[in-house]
Amino acid sequence: MRNPLADKVVEIKPSGIRKFFDIVSEMKDAISLGVGEPDFDTPWHIRDEGIYSLEKGKTHYTSNSGLIELRQEICNYLYRKQGLVYHPLKEVLVTVGGSEAIDMGLRAMCNPGDEVLIPQPSYVSYEPCAVLAGAKPVIINLKAENEFRLTARELEEAITDRTKILILPFPNNPTGAIMERKDLESIAEVIIKHDIFVMSDEIYSELTYKGKHVSIAELPGMRERTVLINGFSKAYAMTGWRLGYACGPEEIIRQMTKIHQFAIMCAPTTAQYAAVEALKNGDGDVEEMRVAYNQRRRYLMNAIREMGLECFEPYGAFYVFPCISEFGMTSDEFAERLLEEEKLAVVPGTAFGDCGEGFLRISYAYSLERLKAALDRLGHFVERLRRERKDG
Amino acid sequence: MRDELLKIIEKNSRMDLKELAVILGVEEIDVVNELAALESEGVICGYHTMINWEKTDIEKVSALIEVRVTPQRGQGFDNVAERIQRYPEVQSVYLMSGGYDLMIILEGKSLREVSSFVSDKLSTLDQVLSAATHFILKKYKDHGTMLTQKKEDEREMITP
Repeated sequence: MRNPLADKVVEIKPSGIRKFFDIVSEMKDAISLGVGEPDFDTPWHIRDEGIYSLEKGKTHYTSNSGLIELRQEICNYLYRKQGLVYHPLKEVLVTVGGSEAIDMGLRAMCNPGDEVLIPQPSYVSYEPCAVLAGAKPVIINLKAENEFRLTARELEEAITDRTKILILPFPNNPTGAIMERKDLESIAEVIIKHDIFVMSDEIYSELTYKGKHVSIAELPGMRERTVLINGFSKAYAMTGWRLGYACGPEEIIRQMTKIHQFAIMCAPTTAQYAAVEALKNGDGDVEEMRVAYNQRRRYLMNAIREMGLECFEPYGAFYVFPCISEFGMTSDEFAERLLEEEKLAVVPGTAFGDCGEGFLRISYAYSLERLKAALDRLGHFVERLRRERKDG
Repeated sequence: MRDELLKIIEKNSRMDLKELAVILGVEEIDVVNELAALESEGVICGYHTMINWEKTDIEKVSALIEVRVTPQRGQGFDNVAERIQRYPEVQSVYLMSGGYDLMIILEGKSLREVSSFVSDKLSTLDQVLSAATHFILKKYKDHGTMLTQKKEDEREMITP
């Protein structure tokens, strides 16, 4: 029989997280700080709107781009939060999560051989999506000494004649790094000089703890070369609803919509109705959750410092990214031993790129009680390792 | 810090001072001073424990009583409300808008205790015109806490 598979797909490495997931799921009574989604349930008034839409029989396709009412609310939101103006009919596409928007954007913009710059550590889907879009992923290894921000110099060094797109994943999963206005200004200059585009994944935009989030699209000359991606999963605790969006120049959004139309048809209708309610009346919920995350962030950072682990203070998302290289183990080894010996699951930094070696991603999307219990375990483990190293 | 502190301890008054300081991002002494100020200003009126008595062997009967009263010149409803609130079995007294004037939440050991309170003590007050007693059959949610549902973390253990 012939090989039924596409080489391009087979060659993509499975997500590093998957391997670890399999180990964890076999372990009973393990506790986890490994989750990349909010612990809060979707606020009730948002769920209620979803339910109400079902009761009213809103069970049909929406327009390919999404409910016009929702697109209008997205534009209102981006204007309210970021001062950005997008045209609801021409410059917005409602997608199945931010993940779909990343995929559609890369497919709409990449020609074979185009280079896509991907700063890492970062979310796991950029690299495979770039490969599937026929592009060549080029990794930029971010550095702990820069608090995992992207510098103009690192960007400049990675750019070639073939560079088409920079993926800008801030606030960042897994490092919790943010890019402040001054950081963005310095890279915007390079981007404009080399005439490249930006795909800015701002899914954690509501979760920043040092001033308000700045989108690169706000900077002069950047709106026309930026596809802004955001969604409802993190801000409104709506991961399971699968709803995101992309905003950008009409010519890009039109082509993304074309692929979306053939591949997806439209984002889930129930989720779209719920999202309208989220944007209209959800600002208070977002703030309440942000305050709770910030409390946990401080708690977790304090505990990490007390353990004497090296870690920069992250101001975004809901992760901290401590360094464990002092123990002379790889991230994988550390995470596996931590799981076996203390039954605590965290994600090795290498799941998010090779340069995550020596780091762990610890999520604080957990109640304080849970964090406390888990950090006790981590504390024991770290102490034991230090003792071992001293004795050995 | 004041608002955030109040919101935290309203849900969990047992959190220790050091932890409060850490999660608020302030010094422990600041928390101590703020709590002292809040207590002396009467913003913090007490530190109670929420107990679901239904899970214990202790029998309790709760009733909600709607009371209509004649307001008094110069005093309004204050006099009668202050009188009613002195009874230790009275948990709450609220002045209400609408069809009646005072709402009382009463906790007694038995049905009889509640009914004798209504007939002997409450209804015999001069200003009281009428009292409608409703017994509470089951508490689903109290003080913002759901009593009947226990929430498990159903998320996958590891997600990107």
